[in-house]
Amino acid sequence: MRYQLNVNGSTREVDAEPGTPLLWVLRDELGLTGTKYSCGVASCGACTVHLDGAPIRSCSLPVDSASAKSIMTIEGINGPIADAVQQAWRDRDVVQCGYCQSGQIMAAVGLLEGNPSPNDAEIDTAMAGIVCRCATYVRVRDAIKLASRNLEV
Amino acid sequence: MSVQISRRSFLKTGAAGVAALVVGIDARGALAAGHQETVVNPFVRIDRDGTVTVIAKHFEMGQGTSTGLTTLVAEELDADWNHVKVEFAPADQDKYKNLFWGVQSTGGSTAIANSFMQYRKAGAAARELLVQAAAQKWGVGEEDIVVSNGILTAGSKQGHFGDFIAEAVKLTPSGEPELKSPDQFKLIGKLELPRKDSVSKTDGSAVFAMDVKLPGMVYAAILRSPRFGGTLTSFDAGSAQNVAGFIDAKALPNQAGVVAFAKNTWAALQARNALSAEWDFSKAESRSTSEMIDAHRELAASPEYNVRETGRDEAQSAIGKASKTIEAEFLFPFLAHAPMEPLNCVIEPTENGVRFHDGCQGPSTVQFVASHVLGLKPEQIEINTVYAGGSFGRRGTPTADYQVEAALAFALLGKKTPVKLVWSREDDIRGGYYRPMALHKAQIGLDDDGNILGWDHQIATKSITKGTPIESLTVKDGVDHLSVEGAEDTLYNLPNLAVGLSDFKSVMPTLWWRSVGHTHSGFVMESLIDMVAHETGKDPVELRLSLLDHGDARQKRMTGVIEAVRDLAGWKKGDKRGFAAHFSFNTWVAAVADVAVFGKRFHVNKLYIAVDCGIAVNPDVIRAQMEGGVGFALGAVMRNEITFKNGEVIQSNFPEYQPLRMTDMPEVEVTIVTSTESPSGVGEPGVPPTGPAVANAIFAQTGDRITELPMTRAGYQPV
Repeated sequence: MRYQLNVNGSTREVDAEPGTPLLWVLRDELGLTGTKYSCGVASCGACTVHLDGAPIRSCSLPVDSASAKSIMTIEGINGPIADAVQQAWRDRDVVQCGYCQSGQIMAAVGLLEGNPSPNDAEIDTAMAGIVCRCATYVRVRDAIKLASRNLEV
Repeated sequence: MSVQISRRSFLKTGAAGVAALVVGIDARGALAAGHQETVVNPFVRIDRDGTVTVIAKHFEMGQGTSTGLTTLVAEELDADWNHVKVEFAPADQDKYKNLFWGVQSTGGSTAIANSFMQYRKAGAAARELLVQAAAQKWGVGEEDIVVSNGILTAGSKQGHFGDFIAEAVKLTPSGEPELKSPDQFKLIGKLELPRKDSVSKTDGSAVFAMDVKLPGMVYAAILRSPRFGGTLTSFDAGSAQNVAGFIDAKALPNQAGVVAFAKNTWAALQARNALSAEWDFSKAESRSTSEMIDAHRELAASPEYNVRETGRDEAQSAIGKASKTIEAEFLFPFLAHAPMEPLNCVIEPTENGVRFHDGCQGPSTVQFVASHVLGLKPEQIEINTVYAGGSFGRRGTPTADYQVEAALAFALLGKKTPVKLVWSREDDIRGGYYRPMALHKAQIGLDDDGNILGWDHQIATKSITKGTPIESLTVKDGVDHLSVEGAEDTLYNLPNLAVGLSDFKSVMPTLWWRSVGHTHSGFVMESLIDMVAHETGKDPVELRLSLLDHGDARQKRMTGVIEAVRDLAGWKKGDKRGFAAHFSFNTWVAAVADVAVFGKRFHVNKLYIAVDCGIAVNPDVIRAQMEGGVGFALGAVMRNEITFKNGEVIQSNFPEYQPLRMTDMPEVEVTIVTSTESPSGVGEPGVPPTGPAVANAIFAQTGDRITELPMTRAGYQPV
């Protein structure tokens, strides 16, 4: 079936079977491979993208449900908050293997867009769903706080 | 992201004729320079625009080696860090071997340790040539030239590296370039040096094997036996044919499973899930976890091998004179590595053979094994190494397991079509190659003054390497060193220490898992030492220090990290925190764990870590590896286990094999002991002391000694 998707600000047409998770349409059909597959059951968050501005798990969202909405991936995020988050990630050298980091960053941007100065508990709530087997969590937390501080000034 | 299949960029020659200066080691082992065509094995390439590219012989799974190797070259070259790039080396054992092992492979926390002089020399040789070339071009003495941040200067004359390539490629390097003394280091030891992979891993552009897409590529997923060692007798692709995008299903020639081929990843996984198959389990592992535990217990009771010179009878005779004895049994579960990127790779035909695109941990093994599978010579197997989304050991099997699956699938399609093999998370959790179950049993005899008289220690676990191609490297007199490391070679002076070993036998494949045998031996040794301290009323830190001798260099460095973390944490006698220290991979790590315990619930607040890994090449990477090692260990010891019912793995995905999450992660404070010794590894050594430090803290507060992992089995729930 043919779907019209609004991805990263442009309209993209794709052929996909109804029910195909958005993740695989993004990766295999649109070549947007920054969004990752890791668990496929919405348990790890590596596949996190923004749907109408809110972080969602693209591995468990059928493409059918995304067609009328605005989809934003790691390749497309921009603006002061995204820039601050990505810069903070680099300033703190958060990444290790890097495979989960698109998901971490998409979740962090989503958090700061709704709450510019999150406390530890709020960071935990927003980020607990994004797994990092390298355990970069100390730096993820640190980078979110750094981005938050840099956005204030 | 599509990958260009043309030859790698560094093989292109620019229009001007001389594209780049490359420096490496020629076939005779001497440093050499020249055109790409005349120099094999380049470690360093300098382009006409002055860009330096370091060729990394080790892969990057997050441990920071691509940054580390780059640091070594850039240091000696006096390059500008912002104009230094890194690329992964092709598969070529002669040129890119791990100097400790003789094969091209990453593991055992050896990347920086084995490359430290090699990569520095490559950088120094390049610098030497550039200086000679500039001296000739400018008509000045070499001693008049200053190199800094990629710029050569002599009086008013100035130029960047690329300006001297044409002259430099005609020169012959001396072979023994002058290296800097540590006081001249500008990059080595610098805390603020940014990682080379930070930008591409934060904008989605970093390429992992999972991201590789080639024209005409077919996707493959495999239905494997639900029990290890089962063989396929028949299969039915009936309902897979209803999956849109399904191409075909074929049995693997080794009867290990059925491959579903499809037009995209989702279809391949769906089609695979729709296959049904019959299996012959007559040679399969069909036991349940409780039976496996019983088997280990039985094995430990009568050890097959005596590992040390001290016999068990000597240990027992010493214990016989004791006024007090400590006895304990420790049990460790099977564990999955579960790297975030599930296993996968791409294989495609080339004019001369095949090419893998793989986050490849062991290129030599893949070349060797895949060449047999495909009827090729090893050198006909090219490997494009890309970033690996974690490994923790899993991507480096002695059998090249997933690359072999890809090669077999590729062969089933006639060896003409590129094939991408993808494992699902369920395949990963249920796919074996686990950290083996281990059972330790120990008896310690103490005299009236609390001195240790004898220590009788038995281990039962499955050998990781017996029956694999690397057995000859690790097994001596029947003892797989990886089963007993960290116990039989403890740095503590333990009189009459006997270590026995029995091998658990199973067709289930097991594997090194970040810190290997130390994952269990470290926990046992550091728990037992804590038990001795408690039994004798000694402070755990003071007891450890009393078991170490300053006359021995390795014991002295253990003392160093113990004192360093004691001071960092402000440890006091009667402290209710937990202490542990362990030596592994030539690195010393000591830990203090601050744990809050509420009844049977606990939360780890903070880990203090002291590490001595020799010269700290990238201090921030070392800190990151300690943080990561703590987290990796903690998730496992708190709640991870792979269990079996009639040979079938019970867990299948993260909901049942719950990884450490941000809410679990403690604060980690790291101090790096200053050292002038050669650098040693940091990827693994943070793991072993973490678990026992936490368990010892729980004991200090509750009196409960945790001897069975994960801690949830002992009734302790992390919150």
